[in-house]
Amino acid sequence: MKFSDFVHVNAIKAELAAEDKENVIRELVASLVAAGAINVADRDGIVAAIMKREELGSTGIGRGVAVPHTKHASVDRLIGTVGVSNLGVDFNSLDGEKVHLFFLLISPPDRPGDHLRALENISRQLRNDTFCRFLKQSNSVKDIQQLLDEADHDHFGG
Amino acid sequence: MVTNRQGFHARPANLFVQTAAKFKSQISVFKGNERINGKSILDLLTLGAQQGTRLRLEADGEDSSAAIEALAQLMQDGFGELNETE
Repeated sequence: MKFSDFVHVNAIKAELAAEDKENVIRELVASLVAAGAINVADRDGIVAAIMKREELGSTGIGRGVAVPHTKHASVDRLIGTVGVSNLGVDFNSLDGEKVHLFFLLISPPDRPGDHLRALENISRQLRNDTFCRFLKQSNSVKDIQQLLDEADHDHFGG
Repeated sequence: MVTNRQGFHARPANLFVQTAAKFKSQISVFKGNERINGKSILDLLTLGAQQGTRLRLEADGEDSSAAIEALAQLMQDGFGELNETE
């Protein structure tokens, strides 16, 4: 699976304003609403579901990366977006580091395979130091979009 | 074998790494010929292992057998997700 298969380009956030976990999730979900990827009526339910999932264990997987996610019946295909925080957000990550890169995913309830393939793609690309560093340094949506596109074309050797 | 329906997603990877970190041994996980570090969540997620996927565990160190036993048990128990209906 490629980034272009699930990342909504119009919902990418290059400079996240939020400084805590719940607000960063709110900001990313609101961005998906603004991009028309999800309905505004589902916004609060999705935020609550993602926060509930975080209670089971942080999705801060280390290296300054988090993959907040949930299943939600309102989507019929995997929907995602990417956000970059320059300051970093305390996300209770396992390694205790602040999170700078967010990959937020919303999946249909009955498609665990797609969710796994998205996680596989994200983690595979992030193992590459260059990709990870460039993404953290991006400060425009265009830069992020270009990096994701290059990763999709195996520019970083996945 | 990955027994839970949702596969080796973020929470199982987290649990696996937390368990692996209790042991001094180096832990490797193999999926076919691919070998990854069993103490790295990022590495585990790159496996994209769905339900039914066979993984091979290898531990190297003084507490290797205890490590294998604990990790194999965790996988067999489906990371505590076997009773999930959703």
